Amino acid sequence: MCTFLFPIFAAQNFRQVPTKFSKETYLYWYELMQLIRQFELKAEEKYKMAGKIRGFFHAYVGQEALAAGCMTATRQEDPFITAYRDHGWALAKGVTPNACMAELYGKATGAAKGKGGSMHFFGVKEYFFGGHGIVGAQIGTGAGLAFAEQYKGTDNVVLCFFGDGAARQGILHETFNMAMLWKLPVVFICENNNYAMGTSVERTSNVVDIYKLADAYEMPADMVDGMDPETVHDAVARAVKRAREKGGPTLLEMKTYRYKGHSISDPQKYRRKEELDEYKTKDPITFVTKAILDNKFATQEELDAIDARINEVVEESVRFAEESPWPDDSELLKDVYADENYQFIVD
Amino acid sequence: MRTILFREALREAMSEEMRKDEKVFLMGEEVAEYNGAYKVSQGMLAEFGPKRVIDTPIAELGFTAIAVGAAQNGLRPIVEYMTWNFAVLALDQILNTASKMLAMSGGQVGCPIVFRGANGSAGQLGAQHSTAFESLYANIPGLKVISVSNPYDAKGLLKSAIIDNDPVVFMESEVMYGEKGEVPEETYYIPIGKADIKRPGKDVTIVSFNKMMKVALGAAEELAKEGIEAEVIDLRTIRPLDWYTILESVKKTNRLVIVEEQWPFASVSSEITYRIQKEGFDYLDAPIRRITSADAPMHYAPNLVAAYLPDVPRTVKLVKEVMYLKK
Ligand SMILES: Cc1ncc(C[n+]2csc(CCOP(=O)(O)OP(=O)(O)O)c2C)c(N)n1
Ligand SMILES: [Mg+2]
Repeated sequence: MCTFLFPIFAAQNFRQVPTKFSKETYLYWYELMQLIRQFELKAEEKYKMAGKIRGFFHAYVGQEALAAGCMTATRQEDPFITAYRDHGWALAKGVTPNACMAELYGKATGAAKGKGGSMHFFGVKEYFFGGHGIVGAQIGTGAGLAFAEQYKGTDNVVLCFFGDGAARQGILHETFNMAMLWKLPVVFICENNNYAMGTSVERTSNVVDIYKLADAYEMPADMVDGMDPETVHDAVARAVKRAREKGGPTLLEMKTYRYKGHSISDPQKYRRKEELDEYKTKDPITFVTKAILDNKFATQEELDAIDARINEVVEESVRFAEESPWPDDSELLKDVYADENYQFIVD
Repeated sequence: MRTILFREALREAMSEEMRKDEKVFLMGEEVAEYNGAYKVSQGMLAEFGPKRVIDTPIAELGFTAIAVGAAQNGLRPIVEYMTWNFAVLALDQILNTASKMLAMSGGQVGCPIVFRGANGSAGQLGAQHSTAFESLYANIPGLKVISVSNPYDAKGLLKSAIIDNDPVVFMESEVMYGEKGEVPEETYYIPIGKADIKRPGKDVTIVSFNKMMKVALGAAEELAKEGIEAEVIDLRTIRPLDWYTILESVKKTNRLVIVEEQWPFASVSSEITYRIQKEGFDYLDAPIRRITSADAPMHYAPNLVAAYLPDVPRTVKLVKEVMYLKK
């Protein structure tokens, strides 16, 4: 179980501060981003070196500032939904590293009982509505989550994430239109990492500024530096405020970058190493580290201690996953219907 | 004979037809600059240029519609889906437009198009990347459905699909693209709608298609060790269904087992079973039996994948059951 050293969610008023962030916020960002990164690197190692993890594996490394900024700009009860690049989001919402690693291993103790795998992390009690594998689908279902919040009369706001590639699916347009028509409480966040597998954004459309797609529906929209948790936080906080106050949806295009290939098997011939190196100079963890040290929020030794603790948490998740049992074979026909007496075809 | 990879056989089929006919072109996600998500179209952009090997955005419904429209207006598109799971977004165009165009227009305008891509499960990919769609598409009048198991059949049938004047759904498999098989240098076509006896036998008929042919042939191999001679039929084309070949075999063996990766309800085996009991009732010495995928989405965990899919031991056991053998 990973409990953060700096549980900022206890301090309900940090959100009111628009640009000046507290020590706790920075340290939370640092911790969360390190957790995501160390988790991903460890999992990738277990995939490549040990063959313990199979199937598609899409790492979140490089995009952590989004998770950081979005978390501090929302409440726990605000539902999140995303695509298959979902490990970082599950961890951010509080699905435990143990449950996440066990899911990658396909173990019964995983976040989806070993049934989902890398692409389908779920943590509904943490308000994480999953990892979805069909590109673009969750743009619509995310709006559906928001429809339900509106229907139930809550003031929760849905954060709905999708890639730059997903922005070219038709469902985006149908959803944007209805979300605006019905003023659904949802923030659409396009994680523009400039590539959909091997296809760069400018090869997919005449409109390379994805935030402009909102214009056709008169939806408020913004382009945001997604490598900077402060900017992410501010933009999301504004959009969330609008949605909470019944002002409807917003589209935020966040410029970010994935350090790894599309998935583990991607040889990445479509991009230059310099491009990657350039983005690494804007690394969000480096950025937050500097802010922490400059402001004397913590010493390097204290940060090292956090790193060591995260390392232990991640190692523990591996131990947990390795020691956990496989799902029982009888799980094959479980969780298919809510109806427990359903008669399956068994020849 | 030379051996080439499955993906090379598919590529040769497309390239040969594209050299012959200017109207044939290839469209899909990552087919051009990336050389294909599974490298089927490697080098085709270099040979044919961006006019005929076209990268699309991730927009299955849209690019399928464009291809279907192009087919109605005189071109002969090949549409590649990264996998058939994603073609579900385009099902509207395939089912509601392409398959019905000739009928709706009273024969004025048809739709000569090939929809192709990887189908079925490919390891631990979870529920949304593992569906086998043959029976779903085979349900649709107006379409032809092909599902291949080896490079030779893949090339010959894809060439026939491209020159066919009807919309053809062509199913491959991610896990077979890297397999090798004998493919002659000379041009050949395999007719659509002809099953193929991959292994002759007299005791029992096993019918299968696509990568489940491995299970069927593997089971036949095991059975042979015990002196049981299974005849293994590769359907190759699902629609139209070559039930004559199955019936002829059953007349000889009097027993039929079907192995497929479909879900069981209204599957390919359901259709075969109906046809053979109707046309060959007097020849059957045992109920027709089948092994399908489990009646569930495929889960991620390796043991649940194994439990989901047909395998050799279960096929061997089932064959023995229809032969009323102990053990
Ligand atoms: C409907 C559909 N088409 C194609 C795919 C195959 N596919 C998986 S991820 C991907 C690229 C998506 O890129 P993007 O939306 O930018 O997200 P990123 O991977 O960069 O996070 C593609 C084409 C899919 N999963 N679903
Ligand atoms: Mg992308």
